[in-house]
Amino acid sequence: MKMDLIQPFIGSLDAVLAEMMKAAVVIADVSMEEEGYRRKGLAAVITFKGQIEGRIILDMEPRAAATIAACMAGREVDSSEAIVPETVCELANMVLGNAVTQLNDRGFQFRVFPPALLTEDQCAKIGSDSEATVLCFDTPVGAVHLDISMRYHSRPSNERSPVGVG
Amino acid sequence: MKLFEPLERKRDGQPVRYLIVDDSVFARKSLARMVGTFGGQVAGEAGDGLTAITEYGRTKPDIVLMDITMPQMEGIEAVERIVREHPEARVVMVSSVGYQENILAALQKGARHFVQKPVDPEVLYEIVRYVLNEEGVPAPAGTSDGTTR
Repeated sequence: MKMDLIQPFIGSLDAVLAEMMKAAVVIADVSMEEEGYRRKGLAAVITFKGQIEGRIILDMEPRAAATIAACMAGREVDSSEAIVPETVCELANMVLGNAVTQLNDRGFQFRVFPPALLTEDQCAKIGSDSEATVLCFDTPVGAVHLDISMRYHSRPSNERSPVGVG
Repeated sequence: MKLFEPLERKRDGQPVRYLIVDDSVFARKSLARMVGTFGGQVAGEAGDGLTAITEYGRTKPDIVLMDITMPQMEGIEAVERIVREHPEARVVMVSSVGYQENILAALQKGARHFVQKPVDPEVLYEIVRYVLNEEGVPAPAGTSDGTTR
């Protein structure tokens, strides 16, 4: 997977977490995974189709998700409340949305699908057919992982049909 | 969360009423809390475009905050159908996906503005003021808490 395609996801996750947590976050690790996906905490998956196809999985410790949910709800939130997994889905939505917006500005066309919570059963079926890049961010309330798997279908439209200027 | 100068409707001095459309409960709660800080009232909520159309007819809100990517019917189609039936509708798209084409398509279908998630409350407040134009004004100081009148 090309690093210039991953970079928008790193920037997006960094910005979204910092904005939602109102705290500094640090990228702790980047690794490649070739085996099936193994859930670490609460996880949400979003797929996208177009000139690049694939999916992202945002996986975070329940405590981290509960902290963000509490910031948004303006009250204490227990990690067992229903709003906590919802929070993971919405964060995944924001991360993917911001990243694909940057890729779209570079000419890639996408269609993004709504996020879904990932169950243990679904995890077993995910990721065994393709290599994934896993980003790990350290936050003041626990680790957040972003697992990205995508493949090219075609070059960006602005490379295929350059528009003359002047 | 920062409190803003409450916005009220010029015609009757009532709080501005919002319809919040997003498939994420988290996003709806977050936006509801934000509009509360603008002195607004949540007239209704919907989790998809089809429900949004029904809820618009039922609640007749002053502003619709509409997500794009949703199940059943996406936000852009919902905007088109709401504006076709209610040309006075003021719809602001609120989406994490900020493609030029998405923004353009939404505006062409009748949306008045676009804001990208995560939503900055100050940006949304200014957009709401802009979209309300003459219809929404800050409440006179000391006369409104934005929720009761």
